[in-house]
Amino acid sequence: MKIVVCIKQVPDTNEVRLDPKTGTLIRDGVPSIINPDDKAGLEAALRLKDEYGAHITVVTMGPPQAKIALQEAYAMGADRVILLTDRAFAGADTLATSTTIAAALKKIDFDLVITGRQAIDGDTAQVGPQIAEHLDLPQISYVSAFEHHENHAIVKRSFEDGFQKIKVLYPCLITALSELNEARYMSIKGLLDAHRVLEIETWGFADIDTDIARMGLKGSPTKVKKSFTKGAKQAGKIVEGTPKELAIAIVDKLHEKFII
Amino acid sequence: MTFEMTNEDLMMRELFRKFTLNEVEPIAAEIDDLERFPEETVKKMANLGMMGIPFPREYGGAGGTYWQYINLVEELAVACGTTSVVLSAHTSLCAAPIYEFGTEEQKQKYLVPLAKGEKLGAFGLTEPNAGTDASGQQTTAVKDGDHYILNGSKIFITNAGYADTYIVIAMTDRSAGLRGISAFIVEATTPGFSIGKKEAKMGIRGSSTCELIFEDCKIPVENMLGGEGKGFKIAMMTLDGGRIGIAAQALGIAQGAYNETVKYVKERKQFGKPISAFQNTQFQIADMKTKIEAARLLVYNAVDKKSKKLPYAQEAAMAKLYASEVAMEVTTKAVQLHGGYGYTREYPVERMMRDAKITEIYEGTSEVQRMVISSSELK
Amino acid sequence: MNINDYKGVLVYVEQRFGEVQNVSLELLGKGRKIADELGVHVVAALIGKDIEKHSKLLVEYGADKVLVMQDDNLELYSTEPYTQAMVQAVNSEMPEIVLFGATSIGRDLAPRVSARLLTGLTADCTSLDISEDRMLLMTRPAFGGNIMATIVSPDHRPQMSTVRPGVMTKMERDHNRTGEIVNYPVKIERNKNFIEVLSFEKETEEKQDIQEATVLVSGGRGIGSKDNFGLLYDLADELNGLVSASRAAVDSGWMDHDRQVGQTGKTVRPNLYIACGISGAIQHVAGMEEAELIIAVNKDKGAKIFEVADLGIVGDVQKVLPFVIEEIKKINLTKKVEN
Repeated sequence: MKIVVCIKQVPDTNEVRLDPKTGTLIRDGVPSIINPDDKAGLEAALRLKDEYGAHITVVTMGPPQAKIALQEAYAMGADRVILLTDRAFAGADTLATSTTIAAALKKIDFDLVITGRQAIDGDTAQVGPQIAEHLDLPQISYVSAFEHHENHAIVKRSFEDGFQKIKVLYPCLITALSELNEARYMSIKGLLDAHRVLEIETWGFADIDTDIARMGLKGSPTKVKKSFTKGAKQAGKIVEGTPKELAIAIVDKLHEKFII
Repeated sequence: MTFEMTNEDLMMRELFRKFTLNEVEPIAAEIDDLERFPEETVKKMANLGMMGIPFPREYGGAGGTYWQYINLVEELAVACGTTSVVLSAHTSLCAAPIYEFGTEEQKQKYLVPLAKGEKLGAFGLTEPNAGTDASGQQTTAVKDGDHYILNGSKIFITNAGYADTYIVIAMTDRSAGLRGISAFIVEATTPGFSIGKKEAKMGIRGSSTCELIFEDCKIPVENMLGGEGKGFKIAMMTLDGGRIGIAAQALGIAQGAYNETVKYVKERKQFGKPISAFQNTQFQIADMKTKIEAARLLVYNAVDKKSKKLPYAQEAAMAKLYASEVAMEVTTKAVQLHGGYGYTREYPVERMMRDAKITEIYEGTSEVQRMVISSSELK
Repeated sequence: MNINDYKGVLVYVEQRFGEVQNVSLELLGKGRKIADELGVHVVAALIGKDIEKHSKLLVEYGADKVLVMQDDNLELYSTEPYTQAMVQAVNSEMPEIVLFGATSIGRDLAPRVSARLLTGLTADCTSLDISEDRMLLMTRPAFGGNIMATIVSPDHRPQMSTVRPGVMTKMERDHNRTGEIVNYPVKIERNKNFIEVLSFEKETEEKQDIQEATVLVSGGRGIGSKDNFGLLYDLADELNGLVSASRAAVDSGWMDHDRQVGQTGKTVRPNLYIACGISGAIQHVAGMEEAELIIAVNKDKGAKIFEVADLGIVGDVQKVLPFVIEEIKKINLTKKVEN
C-alpha cells in the first residue's frame, strides 16, 4: 500500500500570547510544530504500515525551515519526505495551496492520501477537500476511525450529532481528526537518521507540471484585506444587583460571545 | 569553550521535554507517594531507544552522543528524580562499563539487550562496611574451575529487584589489596543471588534501592569484566562517568524546582500584588538562576571532556559537587518561596527538595568529590 | 470572467434527515440584508429528497427564490452528489455570493465546490459586510482566535464563504412573504467519487472529559452541598457543557476527582468557564485561567476569582442561576426551527 500524508508546519497557537498592553500578537519564541490533525493523519498511516506494511511519503509545502517538520515525520517512521518550496508558491490561499500540492501528488504513486482536517493557524479545513477535487478523488473529511480492507477502507466520519460509517474504494483522500489516534513520539534512532542519513527531496515550481498563474499569491482568488487583533483583554467587569439583573448580565455576555 | 547545540541536539531536547511532560510528570507524585517503580515509563523509554542512547548501533544502541544521553537524564529530573536515576544507573553504571571494558562476547550477550532496553541494568559496589571507602570490600569471589563463587552482600543498590543484569564488585585476592578486586557481570536469575531488604527512603522513592545477597553464587569465568584485579579501576572509572549522570540529575531537579517557583511567584498574591513584585523574591530568583547556570556549565564541561576522550575525573567531581549542592540550595529556596504550600504535597517542590538531598550522597558524597578534586591539585 | 455577470446571493440550505438546520435560516437572514444592500435577490438551494415541503419556510425566512433540487442520490448528505448539485445551482443562478454554514457538512461541501468552480472560499466567517465597491468583506478569526482577518475575493466570482453557526441572526418569520419556488431538474452523474454510507449513528457516548468540553460550569465550596450542584448540571445541559469543580468541592465529596480543575486536578481551556461559588485559590486559577471567557458568580465581593474573571457577578449562585437557566431556555426554544 502506498500512502501520501500531507502535513503543515504551524506555530503552536497554544503558545501564542497577546501583549496585554498593546493587544498585539507575541510571536517570538513560539515553537513550530506539525499541525495536530496532520500528525494524527501521519500516525494513522504509520499504524497501517505497522500492521499491513506500507510505504509512506510525507509532503509539505512551506518555507525551507519546514524541513524540520519533515525530519520529525521521518523520525516517526515515514519512508520518504518531500518539501515543496519555491518563491512562486508563497502567499497562497487554500485554492492555490491545494493546486500546488495536487500537482506534486500527481507525480507520486498512491492508494491513499491523508491530510489533517484543518490547520490550527488557519482553521479553514479547505485544503484537503480541494486537493481531492483537483485529483478527482473521493474524499471523506472529519475521519475519526479508519479500517483498511483489501481494496477499500471503512471509515468513521464525524458529524456534530453522530457519525457515518462509510465504505470508500482506493484511491481516495481522507482528512483526519486529532482524536483519530494519539501520535507516537519520534524514535531516537529515527531522529538521529533524520539528521545524519535522510536526504530531503526539495521540489520547486520547475519540478511540478502546473500553471504559474495558479500558484502563490497570484493564483489566489482570496486576499487578506486587513488583519487586526481583538484588542487587549479588558479588565473584568464586576456587577451587583438583584438576582434577575445579574442573570441578565450573564445571558447578555453569553449572547455577545455567540455562546447562545 | 562553547557548548553549542546542533539541530539534532535541539530536536532531541524537544523530544525529551515532551516525553517528560506527557509521560513522566503526570505520575511523578504518585510513584513518590506509593514508592512505586515506574516500570511503564522504563518500557516506553525502551521502545523509543532511550535506554541506550550513547552506544553504537552494532551493540543495540541508538548511536547518539553522550551529551544527548546526559541531556535526557537532566530533562527527566526536571519532573522526576526517580525516573532520572533509573536511567542513569542503568546506562552509566551498568551498560557503560560493559561497553568500555567488556569482551566482544560480553557486549553481544549483555550490552545489546541493555542498550535496546530489553534488559535493565544495575551496579553493586557499596557494602555495609565499604561505602565511601570502597576498598574495604567484604564480598568475595573464589575461583573454582570455570566458575567464581560469590559470597557476601551489597547495599543501597539502585534498580535492584527490577534489573536483569548487575555489575558486581568483589574481592578475588585479599592479599593484593585494591588490585585484588574484580568486577563480574551477574544475571538476576543466577542461583544463589537474591534481593534482600528494600530501603524506605526520604527521596527518589519510586526508585528501587535494595540489598543484594550472594550465597555460593556461581558465576562463569567468562562473566568477569576486564580481567582479574581490574575491578577497583573499573569501579572508579565507572563512578567518574556516573557522577556526570548524577550531576545532570541534580541540575534537572534544580531546574524543575526553579521552573515551579517562577510560575508560583507570578501567580501568588500577597498584600495585593504578586510576590514576584517583591525585591526579596526577585533577588532569590536571580541567585537561583545564576547558580543553576553555573552548575550547567560545569556539567556540560565535564560532558565535553568525556566526549573528547580527555581526562574528566576532576571535572566530573566538580560538576557533581556543585550541581548537587545547588540542587539542595535551590529546592530549599523553592520550598521557602512557596511558603506553607511548599511544605505540602499539593506542590511538587517538597518532593524535589527530598530528591535533591540524595545527589549530595550517592555515587560519592560531596566529601568524596572534594577529595577527588583536591587530590590532583595537591599531589 | 466578467464579474458583472454574477448577481445575487445563493444560500446552501442544510438539511439533515429532512430537517432544515437553524444555521441556514441565519444565513438567509444575513443574505437578505446583503441582498437588500446590493439590490439583488436571495436564492436558497434546497438539496435532498422529499424536501420541497420546506420551500415555503425558506421564503418566510427571507428567500426570494427557492431552487428545489431532488434526486435519489441526494437523500443523505454525501460530498460528490451534493457538489454536483451545488455547482449546477451556481451555474444556473450565477450568484455573486454563495453562503454555507460552517458545519461539518458545509465545511466538507464548500471547499469541494470552490475547487470545482476554481473560485475563492473563506472559512468560518463571523462577520460579513459589503464594501463601497460591492465586494463581500469576509471577516474571520485566525491564529487560534488571536487575530481577525478580513478577506476579499476581488477578481473571482462567486465570492464564497462558510459562516459560523450562531453568529448571524435570522429574520423574524414572515408568514405573508412570497417567493418563487422552482423545481430544478438536477442531474446527478454517478462516478468514481461516490462513496457508500453504510450506517449513521447518533452520538450516544457522552463526551465526559472536562478537558474536551467547550463549556464548563464549575462549582466550589460556596455551592454548599452535593444537592446544590443540581442547578449547575441544569445550566451545563442548556449550554451543552459539563460540570467541573474546585478542589474544595471534590474534597467535600460533592464531585468525582476526574472533574477537578486546578493544579492537582486538570488544566482546562474551554470557551466558557462559569465559576460558581469558587473563591479563586491560586491552585484553582492555575487550571482555568486560559479559558476564553470566564464568568464568576460569588457572594463575596472580595473573592480572588474576580481578578481573573471577564465578568464578575456578586450574588448568590442559588438565586442567580435559576434565572439564567430560564433565560437560556427561552432563547434555545426560539432557535428550534418551526415547520
